[in-house]
Amino acid sequence: MKQFSDHKGVYVFIQQVEGVIAPVSFELIGKAKELAKALGASVSAVLCGYNVAHLADELGEYGADTVVLIDDPALAEYTTEPYAQAIYGAIEYFKPEIFLYGATTIGRDLAPRVSARVHTGLTADCTKLEIDPETGRLLMTRPAFGGNLMATIVCPDFRPQMATVRPGVMQRAEREEGRRAMVLPFNLKIEKNDCFIEVLDVIKKMNESVDISEADILVSGGRGMGSKENFGMLYDLADALGGRVAASRAAVDAGWADKEQQVGQTGKTVRPKLYIAVGISGAIQHLAGMEESEIIIAINRDETAPIFNVADFGVVGDLHKIVPMLTQKIKELKN
Amino acid sequence: MLNIIVCIKQVPDTNEVRLDPKTGTLIREGVPSIMNPDDKAGLEAALRIKDELGATVRVVSMGPAQADAVLREALAMGADEAYLVSDRAFGGADTWATSSTIAAAVSKLPYDIVFTGRQAIDGDTAQVGPQMAEHLGIPNVSYAEEIRVVGDSLIVKRQFENSYQVVRVKMPCLVTALTELNRPRYMTPGGIFRAYREKEVTVWTRPDVPVDDSNIGLKGSPTRVKESFPKAMKGKGEVVTMDAEAEADWLLEKLREKFIV
Repeated sequence: MKQFSDHKGVYVFIQQVEGVIAPVSFELIGKAKELAKALGASVSAVLCGYNVAHLADELGEYGADTVVLIDDPALAEYTTEPYAQAIYGAIEYFKPEIFLYGATTIGRDLAPRVSARVHTGLTADCTKLEIDPETGRLLMTRPAFGGNLMATIVCPDFRPQMATVRPGVMQRAEREEGRRAMVLPFNLKIEKNDCFIEVLDVIKKMNESVDISEADILVSGGRGMGSKENFGMLYDLADALGGRVAASRAAVDAGWADKEQQVGQTGKTVRPKLYIAVGISGAIQHLAGMEESEIIIAINRDETAPIFNVADFGVVGDLHKIVPMLTQKIKELKN
Repeated sequence: MLNIIVCIKQVPDTNEVRLDPKTGTLIREGVPSIMNPDDKAGLEAALRIKDELGATVRVVSMGPAQADAVLREALAMGADEAYLVSDRAFGGADTWATSSTIAAAVSKLPYDIVFTGRQAIDGDTAQVGPQMAEHLGIPNVSYAEEIRVVGDSLIVKRQFENSYQVVRVKMPCLVTALTELNRPRYMTPGGIFRAYREKEVTVWTRPDVPVDDSNIGLKGSPTRVKESFPKAMKGKGEVVTMDAEAEADWLLEKLREKFIV
């Protein structure tokens, strides 16, 4: 078996945009703490950006032992090449045993570019990470085949072992006020080359009220809703519960809801306290994005719909009647 | 005139895959093979550039002999040339070895733009495009939703979760396409006829691809599948069938029990 005694530590790529750290980065620090404990190693957060040093304290409070700070004007806005140079530089210098990224549109662009440059393996969209107690290797488990199968992947002969991890799957650690990480400013020269691209414009595309990944309660509609107008009753129910509205791929494809609201394999993974699936049959791709929810309620007229296999509470019947009635009853109770 | 390469993969239509309810294993029989949807969007983007500005569009696929079908489909949609990279030596490759193999094949052809799909529906990794760009030493722009050619560059609208970037990238470059990019055209009867009767699919085997043995196939793959298993299903909860009013009451009761209302 190949030995890598010079590769040590669990490293996490900290994704920040305009000085705001992505929630998945804290989730990864939480997971990295567990992995580091099993290995007897420490957790390092690799923070890239421009004028972002002030974010280091928060990373310490969530469990990073060290913050590797790469602060450079070329990293002000995310583009692939300067970020790839920064992470590649950090990997060459610090020789991590494990390097984790969020499976966001940034992580899924950066990590493969880095893996090709470093010549190491990369496992995409992991939902479970653990250390093999016998070999000390990272076991990376991910859905395969459109969510129909799970596969556990290893990277035996190359370091670091790298994975992207789906947002919303790992738990962030408890915040410890005042806990500080050691900050290591890492000065590397980012070289402009033919792979640089120019950012001409940045366009915001959504308002906060549509962000489903942070909501505690989601009311989600599928093909059974029948029309965009019928989605109105889901907004009423969500309002009554203080939740937000999500959708299945079928509903998004039909134009009844926005792409940002889509839950599932090609949409977002969510784990709210309550997920109410209305008129959603429960294709495996959809289940992959919501089955970790704490409580699942399903309303569907087809008693054989697979959604009932994951629901804690299911009612078979006409959603057009049940949903407005339930909304009304919740409102009455609250008054 | 521009030279455009589109990388396409033949995939099982995962929407049609069902699990055996008794064993929990995949039922693979009868699952149709299709051109990966994101790749098809990349092909359509290439064909639109060809329609507008003139271009030679070459499609490249790696896979078994059956992948000929998606290359013929691409020819029937309007691609000019097709290449199938096919050899047992390339089998069992992870994304690293796949990208190094296809990049080596692509490097034999002229290109200004290389399109790949964002991800394939059977693997969902989204890794091969950016890895290929690294092997080729060219810039990549992932998650493209809009694209146009301006002089020696592309202007691309690149999707993020909460925003878009509009970027300028100089050719040669690689772009990973999203299905949101366009609605792919259908094959025409004439196109189908030409694809099967007049055009050829060039097959490249191991000796035709300039890549090191250590970077291909299972042997050249840094990652290994340790095991695969059917997904554990959560235990079934309570399901009731009553009249609508009673059901609404029942749900309300459950929400109260769980302290949600």
